[in-house]
Formats: sequence, structure tokens, C-alpha cells
Amino acid sequence: MVRILPQTKAAAVNPLKSSQPLGAALAFLGIDGAMPLFHGSQGCTSFALVLFVRHFKEAIPLQTTAMDEVATILGGADHLEEAILNLKSRTKPKLIGVCTTALTETRGEDFAGDIANIRQKHAEELAGTEVVLANTPDFEGAIEEGWAKAVTAMIGRITRPGEQARQSKKIAILPGWNLTVADIEHLRDMVESFGLEPVIVPDVSGSLDGTVPDRWVTTTYGGTSVEDIRELGTAERCIVVGEHMRRPAELLHRLTGVPYTIFQSLAGLKAADRFVSLLSAISGAPVPAGVRRRRAQLQDALLDGHFHFGGKKIAIAAEPDQLYQLATFFVDMGSEIAAAVTTTNMSKILEKVPADSVQIGDIGDLEALGAGAGLLVTHSHGRQAAQHLGIPLMRVGFPIFDRLGSQHKLTVLYQGTRDLIFEAANIFQANRHAPTPEALDPFRHREMPDELRSSSLARH
Amino acid sequence: MSSLSAKIQDVFNEPACENNRGKDAKARKQGCSKPLTPGAAAGGCAFDGAKIVLQPITDVAHLVHAPLACEGNSWDNRGTASSGPTLWRTSFTTDLTELDVMMGQGERKLFKAIREIKEAYAPPAIFVYSTCVTALIGDDIEAVCKRAAEKFDLPVVPINAPGFVGSKNLGNKLAGEALLDHVIGTAEPDDAGPYDINILGEFNLSGEFWLVKPLLDRLGIRVRAAIPGDARYLEVASAHRARANMMVCSTALINLARKMEQRWDIPFFEGSFYGITDTSEALRQISTLLVKKGADPEILGRTEALIAEEEAMAWKKLAAYRPRLEGKRVLLNTGGVKSWSVVHALMEIGIEIVGTSVKKSTPEDKERIKKILKDENHMFESMAPRDIYAMLSQRKADIMLSGGRTQFIALKAKVPWLDINQERHQPYAGYDGMVELVRQIDLAIHNPIWRQVREPPPWECQLAAGDEPPGTKSETAIVQGFKKFAGTTADDFGEC
Repeated sequence: MVRILPQTKAAAVNPLKSSQPLGAALAFLGIDGAMPLFHGSQGCTSFALVLFVRHFKEAIPLQTTAMDEVATILGGADHLEEAILNLKSRTKPKLIGVCTTALTETRGEDFAGDIANIRQKHAEELAGTEVVLANTPDFEGAIEEGWAKAVTAMIGRITRPGEQARQSKKIAILPGWNLTVADIEHLRDMVESFGLEPVIVPDVSGSLDGTVPDRWVTTTYGGTSVEDIRELGTAERCIVVGEHMRRPAELLHRLTGVPYTIFQSLAGLKAADRFVSLLSAISGAPVPAGVRRRRAQLQDALLDGHFHFGGKKIAIAAEPDQLYQLATFFVDMGSEIAAAVTTTNMSKILEKVPADSVQIGDIGDLEALGAGAGLLVTHSHGRQAAQHLGIPLMRVGFPIFDRLGSQHKLTVLYQGTRDLIFEAANIFQANRHAPTPEALDPFRHREMPDELRSSSLARH
Repeated sequence: MSSLSAKIQDVFNEPACENNRGKDAKARKQGCSKPLTPGAAAGGCAFDGAKIVLQPITDVAHLVHAPLACEGNSWDNRGTASSGPTLWRTSFTTDLTELDVMMGQGERKLFKAIREIKEAYAPPAIFVYSTCVTALIGDDIEAVCKRAAEKFDLPVVPINAPGFVGSKNLGNKLAGEALLDHVIGTAEPDDAGPYDINILGEFNLSGEFWLVKPLLDRLGIRVRAAIPGDARYLEVASAHRARANMMVCSTALINLARKMEQRWDIPFFEGSFYGITDTSEALRQISTLLVKKGADPEILGRTEALIAEEEAMAWKKLAAYRPRLEGKRVLLNTGGVKSWSVVHALMEIGIEIVGTSVKKSTPEDKERIKKILKDENHMFESMAPRDIYAMLSQRKADIMLSGGRTQFIALKAKVPWLDINQERHQPYAGYDGMVELVRQIDLAIHNPIWRQVREPPPWECQLAAGDEPPGTKSETAIVQGFKKFAGTTADDFGEC
């Protein structure tokens, strides 16, 4: 049984988390014609915006209610109203995604009431624009919670409730935040290859895939349409990727009766098999030849790759679902999880992480716990820890600001698992130390048997 | 908070500010930050500004007292370089949880965090930043810092610039005030000399100050403290013993320069190391101020000799680019280019300036630009992204120089772009820096990708101008978009 260790330090050292409103904004960015709006001071937006830009290398629509000192004391409803109306008139979005912040949540206002008033008061002006609220204070949660809250809020606000006639081919997919653009594209292709019609909410593959539009657009361009969210209730089934997406799936089920199936991870042969079997069962179609071929390629990658993974100690710091996804991937390859660090203790998935313990913490904790590991696995902010420890870093999650193309890396199903194997194995190979007489001297560690565990022999 | 309001009022009153001199008392009191429009605002907050100014002090532990976002979304994101300590790149935050906020445990957690940092890292000082939430719940960081300083026998400096008090620029100034109140003058150097200067507002982006420092070394001028770029805490603490101050990023730290003059009789001038003539002028002014304060006047002759030698070499290197860059059109879209000598140098080798933003320029600056550009129409207060996009799509400029925020306007219009703000990866200061800037412009404009990305796919050669691209969902938006840019798209997307 894995032990979940709470954070006991007062000073977080090199934060692992990105904030909860940022996660919510990311979900809204997967909707076509959307404009996320932070209800907070201008800095809340500016920091998140810069981080998004560094990661995606794209113009990111993100606005602020620009709360100042006076508004913070007197109340922010006016700023919220003005911001929504300004956004409507200037950018004509189809959806405004309001994300509250620590500042406005600490003060504590009836945001839902405020927005209801604004909708009512300006019904005509706001026609054609959905205004959705996600309560996302920075002082709890991280990207995962923010993303899930935004999706839940969109379903709650937009999806037409009630049992509806089901379209037997239509599959709703609620992907977790940690799926990349390439993952979403791949999921769509996979589902379509069974003759099914996927509706993916949110769909960052349409909006954050780095295309060059032929005009200047101030909102998102591409992504799930608001209309598709409205019609989710006509899906035959809902497929959910990631434990953190259970809540929106449950809400959809409660509202419309659409049944759902959860995949806590889509990495690894077994998870992919389960996913493909489900598609085959829903569609009644046999597994296409191309998919079988991919499975065979993964089998081969497992065979070729396992030499590099056996006995390796891996230190991972990631949000709960991604931690689970990666930890099971490495353990399934014969590696051992030497350190597992995550952002919050709110997820049930942590109990299933194949490690002795999971530390709620930061990259400072990863650096302390991962000293004897052969590979660090976290986002770009792990670069200082990797340098200090002299251990290579595999970049995953968000933010990745010092490598290009993270959105086009595949991490799910047969092909994504194959790619993950190759990526990690190549890092191991690139960092192999040449044998030296000193490192191999059988008498080297006789006096200090404890150090054997972290010897360079064991490490590489 | 009342002391903070007084501080803000004091900063707004800055008599050395060129903009302020033109205002009456009432306008001055209202301050320089324009009220923001909700839903149409851009830019960082006061906390952001304070951290930008102070964080490059390399051996200090910077502790942000806040819920996650203030630090967690923004750490290790600046390109300033250090020649030694790396502690400034380690991020510290109290990462307040809901429980901390509700139970009022902020101050206690902060104190404990200071202790942990002191014990684990033993820094020469800890800077503690207040933020919106901790200001709102009334955490008294000044009291906590005072107690921690006494208890741990360590400078613990409160930086009181919560985000909601105003803009990044205000935060810059509040950071300067914190240095005046708590740091500068707290240590006495044992080696003060007649050739000691400070550089204020120098961030050592991409290490660019190292392009300038050897020039000063050659003249026997010692930089007591560059604030903040590559600074050490003790250097800043003893900066009051310099004989002259040069202020390079004027709007950021003008209050610091003026108050150092007032308090310690250190004369200052405003200069720039961007551009050839400005670099020369800066060296000249430094020497002149030092002589005024008692240095041997022979330094003036040596300075002129160095300038002559370096300028000749730089102009010679630049001349090599003339054949490749003559007649190229540059759009300058940045608020902060104080250095008109950059513009001057570009024009000297035949580059045309087809537009420049004067959003943050003083009236004097605008006059200077008017003289240089000859055509007033090329000046704009601010331009909507849409208009810049249109201008670039019509190929009315060959390159845009701007900050990272606007890069995609150029890139999506398939026009070369060069970063000249804080996030850039190239050093542009001094004589060599100017040559480097021109080299980067050359590389950007002549990169072979432009021909490739602008070419339509061969199977679309028959497409008439203004036709809709296939595969886009929202037809009405596209039609509107095309109507708006009918003029621009015709040239670029319809022909082969």
C-alpha cells in the first residue's frame, strides 16, 4: 500500500504546480471561439499567459478583470461585468470562460450570482456567447483540478439536460489535461477507424496545434464547438481519460444518462488493448489491420526496449494522473519508482501509484528524494535539479519551455507507448557512462555496503 | 497599508521624471498608472515589476509570500545571467493553502519558511515579497521580517508591492524604494575609490553587460554595483560609496537614482548602452562625472581615445551589412526603446524605419523620433494586433522588432521577427552588441524559410484571390475575416 506523505515544509522550493486557474483556462482554450477570463489582478493573467506562450509558442487568448486595490475592497462584480461586455464587443467570442483566482476567492463573492445578473441584465448584448464560471482559487488544486472544474462547468452550463435519442455511432470523449495535441489527434483517428464519430471535449488539437491561420483571430480558432457541448447528451457512450475527469463524466451521466467508461491511463499495452476492445464492442466492427500492426510494433518496442529499463530507478514529479500514467509505464518496463512527487492529495489515483510512497510536494522534494535515481521525469522546471544531481531529465507535462514540439509528442495507446519507450531508452543510451576500473572494482564498496544502492554501477 | 499608500504617492511624485515635470500638482497626485480596462488589459502587476528588478541579485533568496500562482506560474523565466551564485534561480514560495488563508496562519508559515531557507541555504539575505492575497488578509510582512532578521541575525528585507496596487512599472519603483529603505548603505566597503560607479537598471540580459564591462575595466572604472544584473547583496548594500550613478532603464529606477543623489551626493545621468553613439556618450558622461567628483582628469583623454578606436571598429563591421540590409524596412513595436541611437545606427546603414510605437516615450523622445523619422505618420501610440497584422500581411515591413508578447503577430503573418525585450537570447549592449543586433536582423530577414512558408501549396495555384480555405468550420467568421482583410489576402494567398 502506497503511503501518501503530506507536505510539511513551510517554504516550497521550486514549485511543481502550475495554478488551478491556469488549468481551467487550458480547458477553455480547447473550445472554438473561446476567451478565458481570469477574475483577478492583471498579474494573475499575465503570468499564466507568459507561461502558456513559452510552452505552446502560440498567441494565447487570455484576459483579466484587472482587479485593483479599490475593487478588491469594494467588490469585483463591476469589473467582471465590464470585462465580459468588453470581451463580447471587442472579440465576439462564442464562449467566455471565467476562472476565479485566489484574490477574488479570498475576498469571497457570489460569482455565480454576479454572472447570472450580468447574463440577465445584458441578455440581448450577450446573445450568442456562453458565459461559464469555474471556481478556481490558486490556493487549492493545480492544473488537473482546474481543467476538470472547467469541463464540469461547461457541461453543467451548456449541455442540454434530459434523456435524449442516442446516436449509436457518437462517442463523447473527455480527455484529461495531460493528453497532448498528438494524443487527441491519435484518439480521434483510432475511434474513427472503427466507424465511430468522436466528440472530444475539450479538443486542444484544433486550437493549440500551431497552425498558421490566414487572418488575425483574437479568440481561439478551432477546438470543440459550443454546439457539440450542447449536444453531448445524444452520445452513445462517454469515454473518460484520467481519474480527474470522473466528475464531469458523472455530471454528464446525471444530466443526460449517457454511460461512461473511465481509463485512468491510456499508456501501456494492456490499457491500449482495453480501449481498442471497447471500441470494437461499441461499434461491432473488427479491429482494423492498421491497429493490429501498431500493436505488433509496440510488442517489438517492448522487446527491444526492455534491456534499457530493467532495474532502473526512476524519479517522477507530476500531477496525479500523469504520475500514475508514467509510474505504471516505467514499472511495466521493469523499472522501479525511486521517488514519486505530486501536486495535491485530492486524487484517488494516488493510492494506485506503484511506489512505496508519494510525496505531496515540489521539485525541491524530487531533488532530495531522487538523488540515487537514473532518470528524472518532470516538466522543464526540473532542469536545475537534473543539473545539480547530474541525472538526465525526461520532460513531460506542463510547462515545457526549453524544448520544441512537446504538443506533438504521442503518449497514449500502442503508438504513444512505443514512442515513450524509445524516448526514455534513448535518454538512457545517450547518458551511459563508459566503464572504468574504479567503478567496477569489486573491493570498492566493501567498507560501505550501504552505498551500493546509489553506485554508478547500479545507476546506469 | 497606509505606509504603502504613502510610498506609492511618493513614487508618483517623482520630480526627476520627465513626464511628471509637465504635469500640474493635481495630475501628478493622480499618479502615472492609467486605470486598466477590464477585459482589455495587458501587462504585469506591481509584484511582477518588483520581482523583475530585484530577482537578478544573484546570491539572495527570494521568498514569495503568496498562494501558488504568483511564483509557481512565473519562476525561472528571465534571461539575466550570473557570473557566480545561482541561488536567485531557486524558487521559494509559502504556497499558501486554503487552510493557511482561512486560519490566518500566513505570518507563522512565512516565519517558518524564512527559518528553513536560512538553515538550508545560508544566504547573505532573504527578500520577502508580499502579494495581493497576503496583503488582503492583512499579513504584516514588515513585522515578520523584522523579527526574523533579529532572531536569525540576517538581513530579511520586506518588499511591499502587492499586485493590485498597480502596474509593473510601479512595482519597479517600489523595489527601488525597498533597496533604499533596507539595503543600500547598510554595509561599508573597505576599498572605495575615485573610479567607483553604479549602473542602475541594468539587468545583464543574456549577459550583455559583459560586453560593456571590459570597456570600463580598460578605463580603470570599477562597477561597485550593477543593480540588479549579476549583483551580489553586499555590492548593493555598499553601493552608496560609488562616485557616480548611471541609470540605464530610466522609467524603472529613476527614484532610486535621484534619492541616492539626495542622500549620498552621488550624481547621476541617464544613458544607454544600446547603440554606438549612445555607448560612447555613456562612457564620456561617466568619466566626466567621475572627474567632477575628484578623479584625475586624464581619464577624459583616455576615454576619447577608447571611443574613437571602438567606434571606428564597430562602424567598419556594420558597413559590411549595408549591401544586404540597405532599403530594408523595420517596424519597431516596443514601448521601451529609449535608445534612439539604435534607430540612428540602423538608419546609418540604410535601414528604413517604417513605424515605431511611442507609447512609453516622453515628449522629448517624441521630438527626437520626429526629427529622425521625418515622417510623423510613422509614429503610433499603440496599434491593435489586427492592424499590425494587416500591415505586415501587406508586406509593408521586412521585419518587426518587438517583445515576445507580439511575436506571433509577425510570425503568423509570415514576416521575420526579432526579440528585443527581456526574454531575448542575444546580447545587444555596447559596440559589439549593436553589431550583433544588425547581424541578427540580417539572419532573420534572409532566412530561407520565408520563401518556403509564403509559397502556397502547388495544388492551390488555381485558387482565386479571396477564396475560402477549405476545412474550416465557422463559415461566417471566415467570411467576415476575409472581408476585413480582403486587400491583404489577395496579394498573398491567391497567386502562385
